[in-house]
Amino acid sequence: MIKVEFLGPIAQESLEIEAITLAEVALELQKIETIAVWLDKCAVAVNDEMTNDLSMVLKSGDRVSILPPVCGG
Amino acid sequence: MELYQGALDVPTIFNRWLESESESNYGAYIPFVGTIRAENGIEALSFDIYEPVLQKWFDEWVVKAEKLGAKVKMAHALGDVPVHTSSYISAVFSPKRRVALELIDEFVEDFKANAPIWKYDVIDGKRIYAEDRSTPMSGSGLLA
Repeated sequence: MIKVEFLGPIAQESLEIEAITLAEVALELQKIETIAVWLDKCAVAVNDEMTNDLSMVLKSGDRVSILPPVCGG
Repeated sequence: MELYQGALDVPTIFNRWLESESESNYGAYIPFVGTIRAENGIEALSFDIYEPVLQKWFDEWVVKAEKLGAKVKMAHALGDVPVHTSSYISAVFSPKRRVALELIDEFVEDFKANAPIWKYDVIDGKRIYAEDRSTPMSGSGLLA
């Protein structure tokens, strides 16, 4: 199982989903309307490393973090 | 990197950093202090931080600065920070001014664009995400 957590202002509890790649995580998240609206403006980290690789292979226990637009300072 | 609950004690942090490098032979110390302005009826700003990714972002900047013979520091507030107090301090130390002047610009701008921190306006005790002032991080839209 892959744990997906939503950071900052995304009002969504963490999910556990079955996925082999980040692309499969994307397909699952796109099905959830309240999450799908955030996806085009969110960045992604796997086990706290930022990634741009949709083909990234995941293993059970990996943690995917969804990071919405930021404004520090 | 230092995180604090609530407003930063700017003089204390500022002076501690200055003293910590007093024998390091840096010729330039350039701090940047971010203070909460009273505007749009806000009482405070409030911040969420995702520390594991912020720490990695900062560690990369430490390495980048070291290659230029410089040192970066930063402190940020968590939770509510009232107007006219400070939520953010960053600083660059370097042997000569030019590196520090250029680095503080890059460091602060990259911080605004890529540090995993979320800002909320606090109005009538309610926390409202500052979506219109927020920036998608590098690589956003990967899962869309």
